[in-house]
Amino acid sequence: MDSLFFNDEHRMLIDMVKDFAASEVAPVAREMDAESRFPKELVNQMAELGLMGIPVPEEYGGAGMDTVAYAAAIIEIAKADASVAITLAAHTSLGTMPIVIAGTEEQKQEFVPKLASGEILGAFGLTEPGAGSDAGATKTKAVKDGNEYIINGGKIFITNAGHAGILNITTQIIENGEIKGIGAFIVPTNTAGLKIGPPEKKMGWKASDTRQLYFEDMRVPAANLLGNPAGGFKTFMKTLIGGRISIGALGVGTAEGAYLKALQYSTEREAFGKPIHKFQGVGFKLADMATEIEAAKLLVFHAAWLKDQGQDVTKEAAMAKLYASEVAMQTTTNAIQVLGGYGYVKEYDVERYFRDAKVLEIGEGTSEVQRMIIAKEILKSVQ
Amino acid sequence: MNIIVLVKQVPDTEAKIRISDDGKHIDESSIKLVVNPYDEYAIEAALQLKETHGGEITLVSLGPAGAVTALRTGLAMGADKAVLIKADDSRFMDSQTVANHLSKVIKEREFDLILGGKKAVDTDAQQVGSLIAMDLNLPIITAIVELDLNGNQVSAVREVEGGAETVTCQLPAVLTCEKGLNEPRYPNLRGIMMAKKKTIEEKEISDGGIAVEIVSMEYPPQKAEGQIVGEGPDAVPELVRLLREEAKVI
Ligand SMILES: Cc1cc2nc3c(=O)[nH]c(=O)nc-3n(C[C@H](O)[C@H](O)[C@H](O)COP(=O)(O)OP(=O)(O)OC[C@H]3O[C@@H](n4cnc5c(N)ncnc54)[C@H](O)[C@@H]3O)c2cc1C
Repeated sequence: MDSLFFNDEHRMLIDMVKDFAASEVAPVAREMDAESRFPKELVNQMAELGLMGIPVPEEYGGAGMDTVAYAAAIIEIAKADASVAITLAAHTSLGTMPIVIAGTEEQKQEFVPKLASGEILGAFGLTEPGAGSDAGATKTKAVKDGNEYIINGGKIFITNAGHAGILNITTQIIENGEIKGIGAFIVPTNTAGLKIGPPEKKMGWKASDTRQLYFEDMRVPAANLLGNPAGGFKTFMKTLIGGRISIGALGVGTAEGAYLKALQYSTEREAFGKPIHKFQGVGFKLADMATEIEAAKLLVFHAAWLKDQGQDVTKEAAMAKLYASEVAMQTTTNAIQVLGGYGYVKEYDVERYFRDAKVLEIGEGTSEVQRMIIAKEILKSVQ
Repeated sequence: MNIIVLVKQVPDTEAKIRISDDGKHIDESSIKLVVNPYDEYAIEAALQLKETHGGEITLVSLGPAGAVTALRTGLAMGADKAVLIKADDSRFMDSQTVANHLSKVIKEREFDLILGGKKAVDTDAQQVGSLIAMDLNLPIITAIVELDLNGNQVSAVREVEGGAETVTCQLPAVLTCEKGLNEPRYPNLRGIMMAKKKTIEEKEISDGGIAVEIVSMEYPPQKAEGQIVGEGPDAVPELVRLLREEAKVI
């Protein structure tokens, strides 16, 4: 894997993030989870390290690294704490990259340097009560009024919303009473008419911030329209493909974090007079975990690498996201099994990895939606 | 101010060490190699001095070709340039030979200060800094935990048994760094991307000769299991006897 995908910069980045995750993130992960506390301090530290803009071009204040580097960083952080990893991933893939990819030069100059430096956090609002998997069913409306749009509606389950400086939101675009299609806007969080709800209480990702948004006659300059509405919603949705790779990376990291704990435990715990890894029933579980994690990692880095070569990775990103999130669920379940009763109590952390894994099969397109995308792509070759 | 920092690439302290088949080295094939942790204190100290006094930081390492990775890490932390004295058999070399090679390269440069770790965590010999000071006829302060520079006057604190001592000397000098001197920074992404563009000069080694040779290596003895002497106050006399007569710690 190492020599296949990584160059010297990747290796240095991985060393640095691994160090950071082990010494700054891991020690506070359990506590942040217990208190559902947003990792404000860690976000500031990540900003200092330059991690808030890994794949953002240098001319817009980013590190100018590639998707492979970004995925590797997410894996290392997720090994310690998935909440911190999703905070970074949502900021980068959903809050920043759509502007980098689809924004006008003015929008890039205005917003991207602040996002890439970590001065402000980004978020993305697509999901509504009536529009999740069926993202096109968006009810939020933006009605053109001179040089502005007046936006009414709302969003749910928005990651980072309570700490964000800007939100990218999708709406119906209405001009002269006519629906032009679905578009997106960059909305600074100090915009009048925007209300942000309290944090959701969740099963996992507890230190990640998830909130509801309400728009009441919220006026946004037409200059903040993101991407060309005539270009179509589908084109815009392509800016989110990198996000699927990052959720795949989160799956790999979550799985690997739990697996490493189970591996260690299996050498320490004795039953029937020997360390439990000596029992085939445990050894085979560990072997399956290691194999599946390796496979998931290859899918994630292959999708990232293809994307860096400029290829369309609709199928590969969906496969990586689908497989890695299911591996995360499977591995964390078995990690608890290896630890027995100790796995079920919070002191040993694997139950946190288990709770953090489930959402990977839901967010940024459910497993069913990923299978729909893959099926559609593979059938193109025979139809 | 020109600062030279001595950097050695060593096995990660968390790596599981195996002795190679010839029984004289450790098997490096599957272990992760890192910057010697004590050298990280030296790099950080150099960076802090540069931040207040300006100047240039040159890293110097003796090691196999792969040691460039350690130098790149130091460059990513913020050092300006680096020299690698290439020696594939550097792991066989004794401290004197290593120091001679390093001194020869350092002598050709202008410098005000040489910083190094107090020891390399692999060989644990604690000698190279002192030997370089001797080679170059410079004052040396070892194992410093505090450092202050005023003009040409170095003032450093060393921890000694039961207390601390403050030592001064004039530049140019050699200082070796102890844990506690500072908190080495992580290389940030900008640093990592910039390190790519910095130069690492490579020098072939002129034959140095080896004076001291490793004959064999053994694993440390397995820790014996703890012994339960008894329970409650009744066990105390026996425990005291064992601590005094067998363990000889009281
Ligand atoms: C912690 C968390 C953070 C989130 N962060 C964000 C965020 O930052 N921004 C954002 O916009 N959204 C976010 N979401 C929302 C998330 O993307 C949606 O929950 C997800 O897309 C699923 O939508 P839904 O909840 O409406 O489920 P539904 O779409 O109602 O799906 C319900 C079930 O039906 C299945 N289903 C639906 N349609 C089909 C079909 N055609 N064929 C087969 N099965 C189908 C689904 O797979 C699922 O199993 C977040 C969600 C969570 C839980």
